[in-house]
Amino acid sequence: MDLDYHALAPEIVVAATILLVLGLDVALPRRRKYWTAFAGVVGLTLAAVPLVTLALGGGPGARSMLGGGYVVDDFALVLKAVFIAGGYLVLLMSVSYIESDRYYQGEYYLLLLTSILGSLIMASSRDLITVFVGLELVTGPLFLLAGWRKGDARSNEASLKFFILGVLSTAVLLYGMSFLYGLTGSVTFEGIRTAGAGLLDSGAFRLAVLFTLIGFGFKITAVPFHFWAPDTYEGAPTPVTAYLSVGSKAAGFVGLLLLCYRAFPSVTEIWGPALWVLAALSMTLGNLTALRQDNIVRMLAYSSIAQGGFILVPFAAAAVTNDPLVIQEAASATIVYVIIYAFMNLGAFAVVIEGARRTGTSMIDGWAGMWRYAPRLAVLGAVFFFSLAGIPPLAGWYAKFAMFLAILRPGNPWTAALAVIAAVNAVIALVYYARVGKTMWMDPLPDGASDGERTARPMSGALALALGISVIFVILAGVLPFQLAGVFAEAAKVVTAGI
Amino acid sequence: MIAAAIVTADWYMTLAAVLFLIGMAGLLLRNNALVMFMSVELMLNAVNLTFVAAARAHGDIGGQMAVLFVLVVAAAEVAVGLAIIVSIFRIRRTASVDDLSELSG
Repeated sequence: MDLDYHALAPEIVVAATILLVLGLDVALPRRRKYWTAFAGVVGLTLAAVPLVTLALGGGPGARSMLGGGYVVDDFALVLKAVFIAGGYLVLLMSVSYIESDRYYQGEYYLLLLTSILGSLIMASSRDLITVFVGLELVTGPLFLLAGWRKGDARSNEASLKFFILGVLSTAVLLYGMSFLYGLTGSVTFEGIRTAGAGLLDSGAFRLAVLFTLIGFGFKITAVPFHFWAPDTYEGAPTPVTAYLSVGSKAAGFVGLLLLCYRAFPSVTEIWGPALWVLAALSMTLGNLTALRQDNIVRMLAYSSIAQGGFILVPFAAAAVTNDPLVIQEAASATIVYVIIYAFMNLGAFAVVIEGARRTGTSMIDGWAGMWRYAPRLAVLGAVFFFSLAGIPPLAGWYAKFAMFLAILRPGNPWTAALAVIAAVNAVIALVYYARVGKTMWMDPLPDGASDGERTARPMSGALALALGISVIFVILAGVLPFQLAGVFAEAAKVVTAGI
Repeated sequence: MIAAAIVTADWYMTLAAVLFLIGMAGLLLRNNALVMFMSVELMLNAVNLTFVAAARAHGDIGGQMAVLFVLVVAAAEVAVGLAIIVSIFRIRRTASVDDLSELSG
C-alpha cells in the first residue's frame, strides 16, 4: 500500500481519539464521563498539529494516495483546518449543555468526533466512492445526535425526519453517481472530467449530473430540498443544531465544489442554471420565512438556508465564463464564505445556547432587555448577528463583498440579475438580524423578570472559550480580510486547476 | 425472436430504473416508517444493480468496489434507522409518520 502516513496523520489522530473516547466511555464511572469531552478536545488539538507541519513542510506538491482518489493539497488542508476548528468550537459549546442534561455523555462525543472525521475525509476525496463514504460518515452519526434526547418526542421526530430525507438524498445521489460511472467508466473525478468532455450531448449524462446536484441540494439545505431542516434544527439539541448548520453543511459545499469544478467543468450549462435557481430560491424563501419566526433557533435555521443561498451564488458566475481567473475567483468566494460563515454562525449558536440557559426560553421576545442582566452576552450577540447581516467591520461583510465581486465579474445579464436578488436579500436579512439586537438592547424586560434572578448563574468556561475564539476570528477576519483571502485564493487555485 | 435476445447491460439498467422508481414511490406514498425504510433499501439496491451492470459492461473493477461500499453503508444505515424507529415506538406505540407533528411552521 502506498499510504503517506504524514498526510493521513490528522485522520489517524481523530480516529484514535474516537477509539479512546469509546474506551473511556466504557471504563469511566458515570460522574466522571466529562473526561470523554476532555479527551475529544485534546484529540482535536493534536489533530491540528500535522495540518500545520503539512502546510509548512509539504511544499506546493499535492500528496496523492489510493490511485488519485485521496489527495492532500492546499484545498484539503484549508478545509480540514476549518472542519477541525468548527468541531472544536462545537465540542466546547456542548460540554456544559450536555452535562446539565440527564442523557448520556460518552456517546455524544463519540458520534460528534466520528462526524468530524467524515468531514476530514470529504476534504481530501477525489473520487465518487470516497465522497460517498465521507458524506455518509458525516451524516450517519448526525441522525443519532439529532435524536439524542431519547425520551423527548420532539427530538425523536427531528431525528426521523432527518433520517428519512437523508437516506432519500443519499439514494438519489448514488443513483446519479452510478449513472456517471456507467457513462464514463471511471469513479475518479479526473476520469469523469476527461470522459465527460465527450458526452456533451448525452441526455443520460445531464440527468446524472442533475441527480448528483439534487443529492447535494438536500445536504446543503438548498430550497426546495430544505423542508427537513427547520424541524430537525429545532428538535435537535442546540449544539447539534450548530454543528448541523455549519459542519455538515460545509461538508456538502466541499463535495459540491469538487464535483462542479473538478468533475463537471464540461457541463456548466447544466449545473450553472440549476445552481442559479437553487441560490435565488434559497436566499429569497429562506429570508422571507426567517422574518416571520419567533423562535430564535428556527430563525437561525431559516437564516442558514438563506446563507447557503449566498454561498451558492458564485457557482452561477463560474458557469457563464471560460476565464480561469474569474472561475478561480468564484471558487475562492465560495470557500471564503463557507469559512467565515462557519465561525460567525457557530458564535451565534453559542450566544443562543447561553441566552436560552439564562432566560429559560428560546423565544426572541423572552430575551428582551438582556443588556441589563448580561451585558457581555448582549454585546457578543450583537457582534455575531450583525456579522451574519454583513455589517463592516465584522467578518460577514467580506464574505458578502467577495461573493458580489465574483458574481459581478462576468458581466452577463443572468449573473447581474442574481446579484440584484442577492442585494435585495441582504437587506431583508438585516431586518431580522437587527430585530434580535433591538430586542436585546432596547426592549424593556419582560413582566415578572427581575434583574437579579437572571444574573445569578455564571457562564461555563468552555462556552466562554468558544465564544472568545469565534469573536476574535470574526473581528480579525473583518478588519484584515485581504491577508486571509490570500490563503483561500491558494486553495481555490487548486480546486479549479486544469479547467 | 425472444430466444435470440441477448441480455445486455441495458436490461439491467432498465430493471434498476424500475426498482428505483418503485422505491421512490414507496417512500413518498407510504406513511409507515418501516415501509419507507424498506423502500429506501430498494432504491439503494437499484443503485447497486446499476453499478454492477456498468462495471461488467466496462470490464472495470471500480463499480464493483462501489457496490461493496454501498452495501456496508446501507447496513450501517439500517442499524441507525431501526434505532430511531424503536426509540419513537417506545414513546408513541406507532411507527406511522402521520402522527409526527410536534414540530411545524
